[in-house]
Amino acid sequence: MNPIDTVNNPVPLVELKGVHRVFGRGESAVHALAGIDLKVEPGEFLAVMGASGSGKSTCMNLIGCLDRPTAGHYSFDGIDVGALSADQLALLRRHRIGFVFQGFNLLPRTTALENVELPLVYQRVGSAERHRRALETLNSLGLLHRAHHTPAELSGGQQQRVAIARALVTQPVLLVADEPTGNLDSSTSQEIMELLTGLNREQGITIVMVTHEEDMAAFASRIVVFVDGRITRDELREGGTSCSGTPS
Amino acid sequence: MFWNTLLMSLRAIQRNALRSFLTILGIVIGVAAVVALLTIGEGAKAQVTKDISALGKNLLSLHSGVSHRPGASLMSARAFNLADVDAIRRDIDGIDHVVPSASARSLVVNSNVNWSTTITGTTADFLPCRGYKLEKGRVFSTAEEASGNLVCLLGATVSKEILDGDEPVGQRIRAGRVSCLVIGVLEAKGQAAMGQDQDDLVLMPIRAFQRRVAGNDDVSPIYLNVSDSWSSTAIKSSVESLMRERRGILPGAEDDFHVRDMQEIASLVQGSASVLTALLSAIAAVSLLVGGIGIMNIMLVSVTERTREIGVRLAIGATSAEVMQQFLVEASVLSGLGGVIGLGLGLGGAALATRGMGMPFLPSPLVATAAFVFSVMVGIVFGFLPARRAAGLNPIEALRHE
Ligand SMILES: Nc1ncnc2c1ncn2[C@@H]1O[C@H](COP(=O)(O)OP(=O)(O)OP(=O)(O)O)[C@@H](O)[C@H]1O
Ligand SMILES: [Mg+2]
Repeated sequence: MNPIDTVNNPVPLVELKGVHRVFGRGESAVHALAGIDLKVEPGEFLAVMGASGSGKSTCMNLIGCLDRPTAGHYSFDGIDVGALSADQLALLRRHRIGFVFQGFNLLPRTTALENVELPLVYQRVGSAERHRRALETLNSLGLLHRAHHTPAELSGGQQQRVAIARALVTQPVLLVADEPTGNLDSSTSQEIMELLTGLNREQGITIVMVTHEEDMAAFASRIVVFVDGRITRDELREGGTSCSGTPS
Repeated sequence: MFWNTLLMSLRAIQRNALRSFLTILGIVIGVAAVVALLTIGEGAKAQVTKDISALGKNLLSLHSGVSHRPGASLMSARAFNLADVDAIRRDIDGIDHVVPSASARSLVVNSNVNWSTTITGTTADFLPCRGYKLEKGRVFSTAEEASGNLVCLLGATVSKEILDGDEPVGQRIRAGRVSCLVIGVLEAKGQAAMGQDQDDLVLMPIRAFQRRVAGNDDVSPIYLNVSDSWSSTAIKSSVESLMRERRGILPGAEDDFHVRDMQEIASLVQGSASVLTALLSAIAAVSLLVGGIGIMNIMLVSVTERTREIGVRLAIGATSAEVMQQFLVEASVLSGLGGVIGLGLGLGGAALATRGMGMPFLPSPLVATAAFVFSVMVGIVFGFLPARRAAGLNPIEALRHE
């Protein structure tokens, strides 16, 4: 895959058009997403808010190409995701997208370094190069001294930074973060948010982040609010930080 | 990628060292049992072959009476005599030695030491024919064989028992009712395959034995050494037709004698040893099956336990084929490891057992390779179901898994 020019690309990175996602069938069917239209331009830092059960995670899974819409269209960087096979989705995730989860989801009993190297293993990067890049990424997140520690030996904030390093080591164009600070105390959350803001500003990485907290959303350049599977508010924040981007 | 998967699975196994060991225990035991049995069986076969060929090279023996058929016909069978021996010598080519023998259990006495042994009347050719060597003294001369002088050769056991270190050659001992001169002692040959002492014997010229010990002209059995370039089967049938003719057996009537071929007996024993080994190994192989099921069980548990891990791998871009490969490799590395440990234990056990039984230790590269390949196959076969389950997981559900 070619790295794209994030600034001059005329195509939105993420474009959802009338997207529905229904779980189950008939009586018990759940309309997690009921007609979503959303465009995210390269370089944006988008915060997604909304009540529990409003469909935020479902939407993140779609944007992150872990799932396909039941109805409607999703194009990622001009590619129609609905038409891709499971393996093609996997390749898209492997090369273009990074994930950060609320629960960190690091492999247990595996060192920070090995966790960060993992995506590169799937990218078939040679072991020396893998090592170098993983260490470099850990270093940029201030975790070099913890490279050989397992998740059990790390604090929550450190674990989340390792998870971010794992998401960044492949230099993705899009970082999807579902409540990245949900399990952290407020000062650690602050640190992680500063980190994400820095990445967005300095490396131009597009970030889509779910959060429940106004303080965290305040770091973003744009906020959308979900209610019952629909977007009810979409606003650019004046004080927000972004390298570029316009709301749809 | 395969190399990385291999390393990953080694790490996963190492992380769960105790559980991994318990998982592969079934494979270890199965492979160890099969390898040990096959190796011991191979040693036993070699031992039997060695023992039987130690009875004499290409040895045939001609017995009166019907073989393998106890009953009336045994009683009525006429014994052979020295004329039969001469006839074989004269009429049949391809035999190195034709050696008459006749035996009786008897006491041998030196001053006041008694020893019960077998006295065999025969010729000097008995030694090369049956694979004996002279320790000291000399064998019967032609004159002694013809005249029936009372001279004898002692087996190593007899010499030890009744002379106890005294110089045997030149001694006079009593064999049954007759007194005879010891002219030589045989080298010890040791125990035979069936455990009897081959050195517990006294040899004397056949004529002397017939006249002074047995009191008749009977000869049985007659030993024949087939020459190297001749087939023992062909010689056997020549001897049979000669004897039928001499004994006046009508065409279609049953033989009242039989020829034993040591080579045949050896292959018979080897054959049944092989069948026995194969049978025991098959039983042991069942534990490999059980071991395989053990691996499947643990791998299924492991897939469930590591559902989140699988979700993470899928999220960061692993394809389901790669997840499948990972679990297949893990299962086969586990079982292959079990195979290698089992191979080591099996060979070690076989080495100890064969040493204990005085048999040769013959590890076979074929058995080793087969054990390894088979155990890896067990992993692939029994790892398939768990691996497919892992590969079939939906990334979102896997990530939500508690
Ligand atoms: N795999 C699934 N099967 C069935 N229903 C699902 C599934 N995933 C989500 N849902 C349902 O879809 C709706 C939206 O869920 P989602 O997880 O997207 O909410 P959310 O906004 O992320 O909530 P929270 O803030 O609590 O994480 C919920 O009603 C949920 O029960
Ligand atoms: Mg959620």
